[in-house]
Amino acid sequence: MSKEHDRGMTVIVKTVTRLTVGLILLYGIYIILHGHLTPGGGFAGGVIIALAFINLDLAFGGGVSAKIFSKGKTSVVEALGAVMFLTLALLGMKYGGFFDNFLHPDGSAGQLVSAGIIPLENIAISLKVGAGLFGIFLTLIVLQKFESEKK
Amino acid sequence: MIELYVLLGLMIAGAVIAIEVKNLLSAVIAVGIVGLALSIIFLLLKAPDVALTQIVVEIVAVILLIRATLHREIALKSCGTRPFGAFMGILFLGLAVVAAIVTFNSLAPFGAPLMTVSQFYPMNAITGTGAINVVSSIILDYRAYDTLGEATVLFTAVIGVLTVMRSVGKKKEEDVQENHE
Amino acid sequence: MNAYMPYVLCMILFSIGVYAILAKRNIIKIILGVVIAEYAGNLFLILVAYKAGGRSAIFSETQVILPDSMVDPLPHALVLTSIVIGLATTAFLIALAIRLYGKYGTFDITRMRELRG
Repeated sequence: MSKEHDRGMTVIVKTVTRLTVGLILLYGIYIILHGHLTPGGGFAGGVIIALAFINLDLAFGGGVSAKIFSKGKTSVVEALGAVMFLTLALLGMKYGGFFDNFLHPDGSAGQLVSAGIIPLENIAISLKVGAGLFGIFLTLIVLQKFESEKK
Repeated sequence: MIELYVLLGLMIAGAVIAIEVKNLLSAVIAVGIVGLALSIIFLLLKAPDVALTQIVVEIVAVILLIRATLHREIALKSCGTRPFGAFMGILFLGLAVVAAIVTFNSLAPFGAPLMTVSQFYPMNAITGTGAINVVSSIILDYRAYDTLGEATVLFTAVIGVLTVMRSVGKKKEEDVQENHE
Repeated sequence: MNAYMPYVLCMILFSIGVYAILAKRNIIKIILGVVIAEYAGNLFLILVAYKAGGRSAIFSETQVILPDSMVDPLPHALVLTSIVIGLATTAFLIALAIRLYGKYGTFDITRMRELRG
């Protein structure tokens, strides 16, 4: 059973995955960066980026994504997102209060660079959500498989 | 709004199938149908942010449920119901549904929300934050404490999964199982 | 009564989920019940927020959109965080189920009570 999973899926699935996984990643980045203009934002974009890596692992099998993004790296990225979010919140203390929007919007609503700290907070949230969910996936599925092989 | 009722009926049918079918793989797939119908309902109710999040989260949940639990060599059959729990469940849930139907009459009717508090957000979102997506301006500016709490809960869940699944105590468990066998 | 019909259907969906939690013996079925009940809760909040003939809560650069014509954006923001939290708790429940399966060799909760480890 485990050997079958190691080899991954058929060559059709592998080829399609090789072609599309970059586009999925790009779509996730687009969703994050345009979170203050269009539907989406840090939550959905983070989950889409995690799904790109999960897709890679499901198609090729054998913990391919664990080699790209190990468990230690996942923890580091997740902590980085949390620290970035809290730093943005604490920087607002200097200007008025916790979570104050200190980069004041200058009336150019609708542009990509607008809305003060909201895009930066979107990036922090997406790092946190994506790395957290991918860490859960690694722990529950990929590393479990390795353990059962060792026995 | 006939399509809303059709989709709600599809969700209820999918939920009943998911609860009552014998094969666990079919049950998980039926829950996937419930989640995707829910995503389309969110889109119909003019909530595109929530619909986008729901559809990707649903995919991750189904992948986790299938790959983490059902790929082992276990019996794919479910093991029936507890009669006492089923009886008490039906009794109290019947009472709860009747009470809820009485309570719904004091809510605002469907399609006409009160919006006494939340009218503030669409009025002031552009001048206050500069974001033209009002939902984004609420979760990251007006009510960012909610997002901070969400980040805390997510962090706690990841730590919990890592703690539960760590393999330090593996040896002791095998001893226990051998004793039973 | 017709104005409250979606709420009633949502309540029925919620009670199906709670029934699965109370009555089923298989842990996977209990997790599915938790997931269904959670979906029903999210759906209820979005149903409360809907305004007939309203549009989604996004302004536009090119056309003028009145704030009065929008649906209620506040429950959308709350549900957005609630969905991701729901996924995290589901993953935690799955981890507990895998651990229980490793310890007892079964997903049946009534047999777990008999085997004492």
